Formats: sequence, C-alpha cells, structure tokens
Amino acid sequence: MSVATSTAREVTRTVSTGRSKDKSLGSLVFLGALWFSLFFGVMVLLVLIVDTAIEGSPRFDSALITEYGSRVRPESTGFRAGILGSLWLMVFTALFAVPLGIAAALYLEEFADGDRWWNRLIELNLQNLAAVPAIVYGLLAVAVMALMGFGRSGIVLGGAIALALLILPVIIITTREAVRSVPQEIRQGSLALGATVWQTTWRQTLPSAVPGIATGTILGLSRAIGEAAPLIVVGLAGSVRFDPTGVMSEITALPMMIYSLTSNSQEEFRTAASAAIIVLLIMILGLNALAIYIRNKFQKTW
Amino acid sequence: MSTHPATASTRPANSEGREISMMTGLHGDAEREVPDVPPDPVMEALKLNVFYGDFHAVHDVNLSFGKHEITALIGPSGCGKSTVLRCLNRMNDLVAGARVDGEVTYHGQNIYARKVDPIAVRTQIGMVFQKPNPFPKSIYDNIAYGPRVTGMKVDNMDDLVEEALQGAALWDEVKDKLKQSAYGLSGGQQQRLCIARTIATKPDVILMDEPCSALDPIATSRIEDLMLQMRDDYTIIIVTHNMQQAARVSDRTAFFTARPDETTGNRTGLLVEFDRTSNIFANPADKRTEDYISGRFG
Repeated sequence: MSVATSTAREVTRTVSTGRSKDKSLGSLVFLGALWFSLFFGVMVLLVLIVDTAIEGSPRFDSALITEYGSRVRPESTGFRAGILGSLWLMVFTALFAVPLGIAAALYLEEFADGDRWWNRLIELNLQNLAAVPAIVYGLLAVAVMALMGFGRSGIVLGGAIALALLILPVIIITTREAVRSVPQEIRQGSLALGATVWQTTWRQTLPSAVPGIATGTILGLSRAIGEAAPLIVVGLAGSVRFDPTGVMSEITALPMMIYSLTSNSQEEFRTAASAAIIVLLIMILGLNALAIYIRNKFQKTW
Repeated sequence: MSTHPATASTRPANSEGREISMMTGLHGDAEREVPDVPPDPVMEALKLNVFYGDFHAVHDVNLSFGKHEITALIGPSGCGKSTVLRCLNRMNDLVAGARVDGEVTYHGQNIYARKVDPIAVRTQIGMVFQKPNPFPKSIYDNIAYGPRVTGMKVDNMDDLVEEALQGAALWDEVKDKLKQSAYGLSGGQQQRLCIARTIATKPDVILMDEPCSALDPIATSRIEDLMLQMRDDYTIIIVTHNMQQAARVSDRTAFFTARPDETTGNRTGLLVEFDRTSNIFANPADKRTEDYISGRFG
C-alpha cells in the first residue's frame, strides 16, 4: 500500500469516526475540555427542563390551556388568553415581517449595487440590527404606534410591530443566504432566454429559495414567541379574560403571563407558571421541528 | 453532397439536410464548400474591445459570422474567447464593471446602441452554457419558460415543446416523462434540453460556450451531430477548448491568443487568425496558430 493510500485511509477514518489516533497529553486534555463543555451545556438545559416539568406536573390538565387566568381559583387558573394571544401575535408578526424581509433581502442580493455607499451602509446596519436588544424594538414599536395615532396600548398591532421589527433582521439575513445559494447558472440561463431580471428573480430565484426562506422565518418566529421584554414595553397586560377578536384587541402573551405569575406569592400560581413554560417550550420546539422538516424535505441539491 | 448555405436556408428543418449531416457525422464536413468570406453575415464584431474595470480583456476583435455557418472560437485559457462570445448577446452586461467598446452588429444593427434593449437581443441570440443548467422544473416547463417570459405568441404550447425537443434530438427520450423534473436526465440529455430550451424562443443565432466540456465522449458526439443538424436553421457560434471538436463541426475558426501587457503583466486577448476551419488546421497563416494547433503551446 502506498503512503498516499494509507494516509488517505487514515484521514477518512479520522473524518468519518471523528476519532483521532493522536494520543498526546495535550490533545487528551483538550478533548476532555470539549467533552466537559458539551456535558455542561446539555446538563444545564436538561436540569432546567426536568425541574420545570416536575414542578409543573400537577397542572398538566386541560384547564391549563382552556381556562382564562383566575385570581379566585388559583388551582385551575389557565393560559387560554396567553396561548391565543401568542398565536395571534405570531400570525401578524409574520404578516408584517415576511414580505418586508423578503423584499429587503431580494433588493440587496439581486438588485443593489454593492459598491454604492448607501447599500454598504444598509448592510452594516443590518448586521447591527440583529444584535439590538429586544427591548429597544419594544420602545420603537411604542413610538411607531404613537406616530400612527393609536392611543391604546397592549393591543395585537403594537405587539406584532415590536416582534416584527425584532425578527426582521433574522429574516433578511436568512433570506439572503437562501437567495445566494441559488446557482448563478440558473439566473444566467433565464436571462439568456430573454427574461428580465425581475422575471428571473420572481420565477427562478425566489421559488428555489422558498425552503430556506421558510426555515429562516420559522426560526425567527420561534424566537419571537418566547420574547417578553418588547411586549412589556408595548404595554401588554399580564392577564386578560377574553379571546382576541382583531388587531385592535387587547391581548396578553404566554411569556407575559408566565412572567407575571412566577413572581406571585401563591404556590399554585407558580406551579401553573411552570406548566405554562412547558407549553411554551413545546410550541417553540414544534416550530423548530417544522423548520427542520421543511429544510430537509425541500432542500435542493444543485 | 454539398450543403451550401444558400440552399440550406430554404429547406425544411427535418428533410434530407438532417440525413446528410447524420451521415457525415463525426467525420466533419470535408465536402462542404465553405466560401472564402462568411456569406451573408448575420453578426459582426467591429473593433470590439472589452474591459473589466481597468483590465483590458479583449483587444480590437473583428469577426463576421456567416448565415447558417458554425464558427468556432478557439485558443488557450484567458484569451478572451468566452468574453467575446458573451458580448454577442450582451450577457457581459451582467458582469459588474464590464465595458464594451466598438460595435457588435446583428443584421447591421449595433446591439450596443443606446436604444437597443438587451432583453430583445437575447431572444434573438440564444446561449447554451458550459455546465448544463436546466431549471429546477419539469422538462416541459423548462422548454415553455422562454416563450412564456418573453410573451411570445404561441398557438399551442404542447406543439412548440415537441418541436423544440425534436429540434434538439431529445423528443424520443423524454416524450413519456415531460412532466418529470429535468434533474432526472443525464448530463448529455440536460445539455440537449438546454439547447431545446434555447430553440423554443426561435432565435436566429445560438451561442455555445464550451457546451461539451462537462460531458462524456458519447454525449459530446451527440451534441456535435446535433450542431451539424441545427446548422440548417441557425447560425451557430461555439467556444471550445477541444480542437478536434472545432475541426469536426465548424466551418470557420477564429484563433485567439493572450498577449501579456509589458508594464502590468495583465493578459489581453486578441484575435490572431480567422479563416476557414480547413485552412486553420491544414495550413495556418500565423506561426502562433500553427504552434497551438500542433500542440506546441497552450
């Protein structure tokens, strides 16, 4: 066997099993450190979830999701308003953020001249926007609502604006990635047939990028659904006792209800809050699972 | 059995013209009479210069492309032959910083004139790329795409699709799976699909940028046969790295080379020799052509 072949086999084995035959002390210590970090991260998460689940286990009943919050009967208080409120918020957040985000990403990828200073400025800002604290978007949404002349606070519209602003950078960045991964050959093929840039974008690039865009959008929404800070600023109540009926409805959201109950002195409320955390986690995991499913199912290989 | 261009143009696409080409096949058209100068030139490049930013990519190219002829552009890598090809249907417009000096005429009209719409140019002058690039759609939709986006008046799309696939010698292989994804086809079939897709918009000129370089020899020979058939209906300009291919299919050959700039070292492409293919390969006038053809260079 030639040296090249044996080396190649060695590399293949190392790559395929993730194991290296390097047994020096330094590498073992480093490997140990890696394992510890992994163990630590996973353990913290696991302990948190198990602890919360145990604490909330007495309240895994149907009343948890079908009943409104109740001060009088803490043992059967429910999160109906919060769950519905969160779902409404997600729908309107998506309605605001997705078209805007896709449009912005398409402009930057397909139409903008990257050498122009204003396009570079937009790009720089986009990177920064993704790092802005959520609460700032809440303040921004309050300002927007005030400018539009909406006196009432804590309504679907205000919350959705705050969350849409929050996830807009995420959607723009993931959409750009998805659009960029469509091969240049496809665009050229379309243009060479006499299609305009607009037709090419609309009929070739965008449809091919849809799985990536959907994945990014869902991941953005799963971040938004867990946010409480911007909603507090927008003035969402900790509890309401009716279902949302429109964009002007006053609502609450699941994280808001959890937040207001965890600080309650009554044991039953804290138990209910733990159970609600599990509900929220299930919603988030469900969204993430959907994102992974879409990514795997529709992923294109060129 | 000469297929003189003047008679070829009046003949229906799939009569004896096709059989003659099939018979001559890979052995080229030694018997074909190629006039001294390109007859009835469909396209001409006049003092064509191309720049990418400050980089002078192509210097003073003059070429003319005869009607129903196959013209091959050959030369070493970086000699600007693909750049010249891309100028012929304004695909170079899409490269950031690209600038074209001089004229490219199509039936006497400068396609770089201010009032000319590059979209319209591309519907008349189609292009087939190096790597087969079917759209991620069905075979049928790949063909129908061009006519749909250009708003071509089509009486019956099914007929047009069949006609285009027939024209690219692909119909028999795909007629039962028109609704299936084009990605299920082999590389050679995909490339013929791309040719069919180009034919569907009824162009006049077809540009091919190394159309066989990603294909195996059998698929290559099928594409070459196809080019010889298509010559009866289209003017074909092909860039190729494969000199045997140029010898087999083309009527006329343009040899390019790259000349390094004395001060910057940037290599500028220029046209060395443009003649009948038989002359280029049998007795080239320029020493550089001879060196390249005989494999002493490039």
